[in-house]
Amino acid sequence: MDSSQQHSGKALQVKNLKWISGVLAAAILWALLYGNLEWFAALSLQVAGISRANRFGEALYFFIYEVPKVLLLLTAVVFLMGVVHTFISAERTRALLSGRRTGVGNVMAACLGIVTPFCSCSAVPLFIGFLQAGVPLGVTFSFLISAPMINEVALALLFGMFGWKVALLYSAMGLAVAIIAGMVIGKLKMERFLEEWVQKLQEKTVSAEAENDAMSVDLRIREGVRHVREIVGKVWLYIVIGVGLGAGIHGYVPENFMASLMGKSVWWSVPVAVLIGVPMYSNAAGILPVVQALLGKGAALGTVMAFMMSVIALSAPEMIILRKVLKPRLIAVFAGIVAAGLMLVGFVFNLVL
Amino acid sequence: MKKVKILGSGCAKCNQLEEAVKAVISAAGIDASVEKIEDIQQIMAYNVISTPALVVDEKVVSKGRIPSHEEIRELLTVAPKGCCGSHGSHDSAQKNGGCCC
Repeated sequence: MDSSQQHSGKALQVKNLKWISGVLAAAILWALLYGNLEWFAALSLQVAGISRANRFGEALYFFIYEVPKVLLLLTAVVFLMGVVHTFISAERTRALLSGRRTGVGNVMAACLGIVTPFCSCSAVPLFIGFLQAGVPLGVTFSFLISAPMINEVALALLFGMFGWKVALLYSAMGLAVAIIAGMVIGKLKMERFLEEWVQKLQEKTVSAEAENDAMSVDLRIREGVRHVREIVGKVWLYIVIGVGLGAGIHGYVPENFMASLMGKSVWWSVPVAVLIGVPMYSNAAGILPVVQALLGKGAALGTVMAFMMSVIALSAPEMIILRKVLKPRLIAVFAGIVAAGLMLVGFVFNLVL
Repeated sequence: MKKVKILGSGCAKCNQLEEAVKAVISAAGIDASVEKIEDIQQIMAYNVISTPALVVDEKVVSKGRIPSHEEIRELLTVAPKGCCGSHGSHDSAQKNGGCCC
């Protein structure tokens, strides 16, 4: 190693340290902000001369406190996931899943779906690429169900707005559906319902090995920041609306309004909730105001989670994309099994909670 | 002249990458042609499963994300990866001189 290489090696180390200390400084700032939100909200009300004693004051306090809180949580989670994404690529996931048998493969695929970066526009190349590299059809489906549904935005928002238990429940339900649906589809041996050109491509097997993409620390951190800008920029308005709705509902919609329709004692509420969700399409952030409204007025948690998942996981745009590679019968089977899985899981969680 | 291809099936991110690449090329005066590949079969020929992806002279240099303008410029001007190819170094002049081991 000559001296110029040693010099540039050291320069790189210094640069990495700078970036890392930048992140640490941001983390400290974050913690300070997060810890003082209640104080800030109380102060704002005092300055505006509004008392907390009445409904409006209470709702306003809640709003001023919640919106920054959720935004801060979202920023933290999205930043971390952005960095994690630089370690886990779709190619690496594919290498991990290649040749796995049903059962273990489905569990791994569902779990990996949570942390692997996934853009719905790459759904088709990803689907075919997985099959070509020897990932079984059912395992591929487990991944495809879990990836768009259990994403960091949904989890961060659920955690921020409803607490860690709800976020955990959503993850558990999502994983259960992804694993079970994937296993069932695998067992049905529906390979012949892939479009002809996809079946032909499958004969051309591909090496599953992922290249080792070394990335410097500063690039990884930059990816985290870019991820934050991209997602928080898209989603902040939904959060404001969602929290605002929650604040407003407290005072103005009768309690237990939804209990009669979506409460635990109504046995048909879960199937109806899932079916209503099928034709609806939204991303995680957009559906949250609705979730907020439903939960706030007495709907059962299992039912609402099933509804939210149905909206996200089964959607017209997704079916259209899948139609490029799946024959209609396989799409119908896919949608049917996922819907059934959601109903089952929603029902079970209503019982258990 | 470098042959630059952007692999992506038409979503917003893929268009963003195309615009970024074109901007870098015109700003830095790089001699390169840009082609957008939207056909799935062609994309798969590069063994890419996470779009958008950037291909320079038939080599996949980035996939699944949108590199910064700085990074794109580096990727378009650096010599092919040799024994000491690494991301993050700003000293592209050193790299252009060939392998330094």
